[in-house]
Amino acid sequence: MTTLDITTPGSAAARLRKASRPKLGHTAVGLLLLAVMLFPVYWMVNASLQPSGNTLTADFLPLNPSFEGYEKAIAQQGPNLLTSLVISLGTVVFSLAVAAPAAYMLAQFRFRWINAALLAILISQMIPGIVIANALYAAYNDLGLLNSIPGLILADSTHAIPFVILIMRAFMMRIPPSIVEAARVDGAGLVRAFVSIVLPISRNSLITAGLFAFLFSWSDFLFALTLTTTEDVRPVTLGIYQYLGTQVSNWSAVMATAVLSSLPAIVLLVLAQKYIAAGATGGAVK
Amino acid sequence: MPTLTTSPAPGDLSPAATAGTAERDGRRRGFRRERLVQALFLAPAALFLLLFFGYPVVKNVVMSLQEYTTRTFFTGEAPWVGMANYATAAGSSLFAPAMLNTAMFTLGSIAGQFVIGLALASFFKRRFPLSGFLRSMLLLPWLLPLIVSSATWRSILDQDSGILNAFLRNLGLIQEPVPWLTSPSVALLAVVLVNIWVGIPFNVTLLYGGLQEIPEELYEAGAVDGATGWKAFWHITWPNLRPVVSVVLVLGVVYTLKVLDIILGLTNGGPANATQTLAVRSYQESFVNFQFGVGAAFSNILILISLVFAVVYLRMNRRAVDE
Repeated sequence: MTTLDITTPGSAAARLRKASRPKLGHTAVGLLLLAVMLFPVYWMVNASLQPSGNTLTADFLPLNPSFEGYEKAIAQQGPNLLTSLVISLGTVVFSLAVAAPAAYMLAQFRFRWINAALLAILISQMIPGIVIANALYAAYNDLGLLNSIPGLILADSTHAIPFVILIMRAFMMRIPPSIVEAARVDGAGLVRAFVSIVLPISRNSLITAGLFAFLFSWSDFLFALTLTTTEDVRPVTLGIYQYLGTQVSNWSAVMATAVLSSLPAIVLLVLAQKYIAAGATGGAVK
Repeated sequence: MPTLTTSPAPGDLSPAATAGTAERDGRRRGFRRERLVQALFLAPAALFLLLFFGYPVVKNVVMSLQEYTTRTFFTGEAPWVGMANYATAAGSSLFAPAMLNTAMFTLGSIAGQFVIGLALASFFKRRFPLSGFLRSMLLLPWLLPLIVSSATWRSILDQDSGILNAFLRNLGLIQEPVPWLTSPSVALLAVVLVNIWVGIPFNVTLLYGGLQEIPEELYEAGAVDGATGWKAFWHITWPNLRPVVSVVLVLGVVYTLKVLDIILGLTNGGPANATQTLAVRSYQESFVNFQFGVGAAFSNILILISLVFAVVYLRMNRRAVDE
């Protein structure tokens, strides 16, 4: 690995010289490092475009791209992709509805037990998913929530809600209380002030939190695996796992499904980079 | 980084002292109502945390003391068995290997993620054209579904047709293809390598944030005294980065202990149980063998180990706030 030396210019003149020299060498090294890190992603795309078959002999470049893998993937996994989409959107709505008021409360009001509440939220993020799955399986079995979309939305929200509360609280601590107080003086209740003032000015943090809630739910595998027992509700992550199950017989279909399942992350990282970067720094704690 | 500080309470309405008892009473009632509404903002989240984190933790403890199997779902009976499930778990031939694998998986992953993460964070600390964009793109492995990463790496690590073996053979580093995921002697190493890849973005992000906090003046002063390069790293960067490093390592341990998706996707705990960890044991006892009591016992052991590190983390966090 290159460079742990953090050279800094010793003087103003040196700094000026350094700043004026185009640092394209660094950019080249940065691109190279990124290329190495993201090689598996490239390889996934490349393998998905190889002709269908049970061998994996892929050329380095997909010079004769074949879309057989995608045809198979969409035919076999299309409904599962749709299921994942519905569950993920449901998780976004539910998580934001539950977490946004909590975040505002924890950011702006003073209660003696707030530290205890924050502690509970931090600890909840550390609880292994398998612990939750163990208990939910029994409970869902009694409640008839196994193999159901609402059941998976609720379970997937465990990935999102603690994260969303912490990240939105960090943003909401910066809201000047005077804005809300002004509305209160004009007779707005607390709930109305929250809906008509706090939420609109928190737009950016809502988008960031919503994107992460979506990606966490879309990526969920553990709850899909443990809380479904039939083919009725099958998120795409489980579809991939079943492809991998015994002997992989059709790599191009597996990889095409993998590419389709990666699209949300890739598209959001490119198009909504600002929001994703804000979430990563604010809450890399996930 | 969420810390445990409370903000000054801006929305807190103080009861105004006014003349007139009736009016004061009315105000006080209004104040109490206001406080109730404020507290109710947390109610949905509190209920959710209670049902989906609190209940499972308690339920796991209860289940681990019961004979909880498929039969339980039909008859509703789960006889108490005391510590028998823990005895079964600890007495099984897979217990010692699972403990050892959990330790090696965690240590190996953390060491690799941290060293590479720190190197990348240091590199990206220098500003250059596109540095922000490249650093953001580095987040991709963290955002991809883990099962997608597992599938991709399975194709890369495939013994006969995977690109890694082809690459190593072309370089002349190996003569025979390495059975990465099918030989008990290298499978754990392969799983660790994949988990390092997944965890690098988390480490880069937190460490980059920490590096940004170190004042530039320290390096300028150090340079005057001849501290540049490695010297600057050991005498300026490392001591100043220590608090962030502790947080990254402890959180890394807590999050790595519970990793399950990657192992299930890559090896399913095999070959020949070479990649069994506590989390995998818990999953397989509960959802493959339908011995929920034994599965719960395994997951409680896992929670206990996590708890030790969680306490360390919270104490460091508290100290960081105090300072």
